[in-house]
Amino acid sequence: MLADALFFSAVLFAIGVVGVLTRRNAIIIFMSVELMLNAVNLTFVAFAQVYGYAGQVFVVFVMTVAAAEAAVGLAIIISIFRHRHTVNLTDINLLKG
Amino acid sequence: MTLFYHFCFYLFGLVAVASACVFVTRKSPVAAALWLVNVLFCIAALFVLLDAQFIGAIQVLVYAGAIMVVFLFVIMLLNLGEPARIADARGTLWYIGAGGLAIVVLAAMMVRLPHPLPIETFRIAADSLVTEARATGAVAPVAVPLFTEYLLAFEVTSVLLLAAVVGAVVLGRKRNESDAGPASQPGTAGTGTAAHAR
Repeated sequence: MLADALFFSAVLFAIGVVGVLTRRNAIIIFMSVELMLNAVNLTFVAFAQVYGYAGQVFVVFVMTVAAAEAAVGLAIIISIFRHRHTVNLTDINLLKG
Repeated sequence: MTLFYHFCFYLFGLVAVASACVFVTRKSPVAAALWLVNVLFCIAALFVLLDAQFIGAIQVLVYAGAIMVVFLFVIMLLNLGEPARIADARGTLWYIGAGGLAIVVLAAMMVRLPHPLPIETFRIAADSLVTEARATGAVAPVAVPLFTEYLLAFEVTSVLLLAAVVGAVVLGRKRNESDAGPASQPGTAGTGTAAHAR
């Protein structure tokens, strides 16, 4: 089961990478990052089955960081939307030369 | 491992992958968020199948229950469901590049090394997670190292959460009152920043 879990985790991570690269909506890119974090969590849990409970403890930390990241990131998105009235990343090009 | 176990494992794994594919191709952010919730539920089922019952429970409670609700709340707060704004995919070149990069990432992760798990000294006995969970419950084997061996990381995490709360409040509040100080002319503060941003 370890190899199968790692396979599903790798595929989910790759799908998350594709989502980050192909979308322009900041919120959907953010959700793709969450999907990548979950794929890594699946890897941790799969290895915890082989190497003991430390992997599961680390998943708790990853979830905490993901929650904090979601709160701050969504606040940043709301702040950007308040100024620019868009969350489309190609329209947010103030620093583009 | 019984046949039913394998069937459930592949079922939830394939549903997770399929839902993730649907998630990255939806145009509406609300539909994408709901498909991502489906992915998270399937991953929670995989956690349970991998002997991590407590992690599966908090996956449902924290991820699918709390974080995704915040995402949906922000999507609906910003009113992003209008058809004019949701066609946001990049061009064909981006699709080809992203697909190629994903294939490269997948290939790099799936190259089978001669010794894929070289740290054999840390390997625990088979089914020791199951026996420990049966002896003490599913929460205690995760909680005891969390509060003893990883106590410093736990405390640092609490500081991180405090910083995140303060940062989210500072970023999310309206700053009309603080911006309209004595230096700026009254009535032009909002339009001035908007014009300056362009």
